[in-house]
Amino acid sequence: MHTADRHQMKMTGPTDGRPMVFVHGFGCDQRMWRYVIPWFEDRFRCVSFDLAGAGSRGADTYDPERHATLDGYARDVVEICSELDLDGAVYVGHSVSAMIGVLASIRRPDLFSHLVLVGPSPRYVDDGDYVGGFTRSDIDDLLDSLDGNYLGWSAQMAPVIMGNDDRPELGDELTESFCRTDPDIQRRFARVTFLSDNREDLGQVSVPCLVLQCRNDVIAPEYVGRYVHEHLPRSTFEMLDASGHCPNLSAPDETANAILSYLAAENITG
Amino acid sequence: MSDFGQNPQAFFDALLEDDPTELYENAPCGYVSIADDRTIIKVNRTFCRWTGYGVDDLVGKRSFLDLLAVGDRIFWETTIAPSLELQGRSREIAVDLLSPDGVRLPMLLNLLRVDGPGTSGSIVRIAVFDARERRTYERELLAARRTAENAAETARILAETLQRTLLPPSLPEIDGIDLGGVYCAAGDGSIVGGDFYDVFEISDDAWGVVLGDVCGKGAEAAVDTALARYTVRASAIRTRSPTRVLTELHNAMEHSDSQGFCTAVYLRVRRRDDGIRMSLAVGGHHLPLLVGAGGDVREFGRPGALLGMLGPPRLHAVDRLLNPGESLVLYTDGVIEARRDEEFFGEERLHHLLGANAHRPAQEIADTISHEAIEFQRGVVRDDIAVVVLQVPPVG
Repeated sequence: MHTADRHQMKMTGPTDGRPMVFVHGFGCDQRMWRYVIPWFEDRFRCVSFDLAGAGSRGADTYDPERHATLDGYARDVVEICSELDLDGAVYVGHSVSAMIGVLASIRRPDLFSHLVLVGPSPRYVDDGDYVGGFTRSDIDDLLDSLDGNYLGWSAQMAPVIMGNDDRPELGDELTESFCRTDPDIQRRFARVTFLSDNREDLGQVSVPCLVLQCRNDVIAPEYVGRYVHEHLPRSTFEMLDASGHCPNLSAPDETANAILSYLAAENITG
Repeated sequence: MSDFGQNPQAFFDALLEDDPTELYENAPCGYVSIADDRTIIKVNRTFCRWTGYGVDDLVGKRSFLDLLAVGDRIFWETTIAPSLELQGRSREIAVDLLSPDGVRLPMLLNLLRVDGPGTSGSIVRIAVFDARERRTYERELLAARRTAENAAETARILAETLQRTLLPPSLPEIDGIDLGGVYCAAGDGSIVGGDFYDVFEISDDAWGVVLGDVCGKGAEAAVDTALARYTVRASAIRTRSPTRVLTELHNAMEHSDSQGFCTAVYLRVRRRDDGIRMSLAVGGHHLPLLVGAGGDVREFGRPGALLGMLGPPRLHAVDRLLNPGESLVLYTDGVIEARRDEEFFGEERLHHLLGANAHRPAQEIADTISHEAIEFQRGVVRDDIAVVVLQVPPVG
């Protein structure tokens, strides 16, 4: 349970239910799934955790070397799922964690029966004929943007992250800013996320996948979602009405129902 | 305003009764309201004045994200939007707004989500503050911080490099003896520690082994450590007596500029017809531990005085054969003084650990000690750790 604990793993639902693993993307933590998980926890054993560097104990789980590639995050996922004996789980990954799931599934094809990829992108930066939606300088601009929000974090958040149990007034600050993590880690994760290229990996996924695509998603536009769908050996593409990049927060009902219908069609009912 | 010149009260009354529209339109900050799909649905005059857009260019036509620099757009979708969904507000967000001709305008945003009744959706109200000077200043601060971080990193690399020169790059191969050594710097390794060890050839069938701890840390300790290491190497060639070697180390320390002192264990190892013979002297240091093939652990040697202070030290040489299966373990106090809360790692724990690992090769024993001492302190190494293990492999 060691790794799972450090990643603040939370498990709900019947212990004999089929496991579902919900993994959040860049920018926030496992609370991204708080409105979706309740749709599943009557029948499924729902597991969520914070990626390395995310959440209140992010600094404990993050290792600059291990997490210099998405594969390091995938190894964490494999480690946590093996530790919890989650064989045959349904993996639900949002944003960059869609690709983290792809990598984890290639490492251990037995671990997950299905992958649900919410807003996936195998490469954010344009490359020749491939359109990812961003240029390299756009990503540098993101790093600048993170820098711009660096000092605000340092001053306010450092004492909170350090754990000031004797200063309860900081509790409110914490809830106020929980999507802000250590800016150094966030910067590194941004680099790893937005400069990764996992196009070659898609073809190696052996399990069936569901690609959930939002409208007006500036991070992972529809043509990128379709690219993922076309390059996965076994996948289903589902367009949501929700717009933006985070349907798990802005349209949890629609997101959950799309996953439930897909799983029902795959004869998985918990 | 001159109408109020003679009547200040009337002036303030008028301000208090200010028209809400006027308060909104010409507020000292920009206001923008956006719908769920990020479309701008309301904007005040201050915002238009600052950014150079007309109200009609924006309302109902543009997504607020269009006005953000592309990096901020990603930041918005991955970090700010989740914050708004989860807690309904977010504040002091630094962004660059793009003017109609693409000029970046550094701004700070405070955001508040207002939910409509039922499922009618929500809007987000955004207060926009002009932050040009502040952001410039912050950028300078950030640059200064990065410079400081780089300087600290350079210092750490220098310290590590210096530390490496104070330790043997690898242990010599000695026929009939299995050797293991480990060093772990305190903290993040940015300060040169005072622990050192060395294993070197004296002649065809004799080797010197020294392990010690120079008082202090940093540059001065590094100087003394280098002095100690080279003094031992030089005198080991001149004399076979281990007490003589440590006495010369004492003299060198006493006459060094730093007037530092140290503790050390020196061991002369010879390969003889009857086996591996050790001749040992200890100056102010923990006695080495002799680990039997069966896992029994006991101290070896006789205590002697600290080196480098209080006149010529009283030192005692002790000789013994190191038998097959036996190990001799030299260590610094960073091992047993490793602390977790009020509890020390302690000698008893070390004895137990050595007993349980007696059958393992020398390097594994050294690594295990260091690993356990570090784990005991929850990974935060307060004092540097050095361990040297000599083992005569078991027969057969």
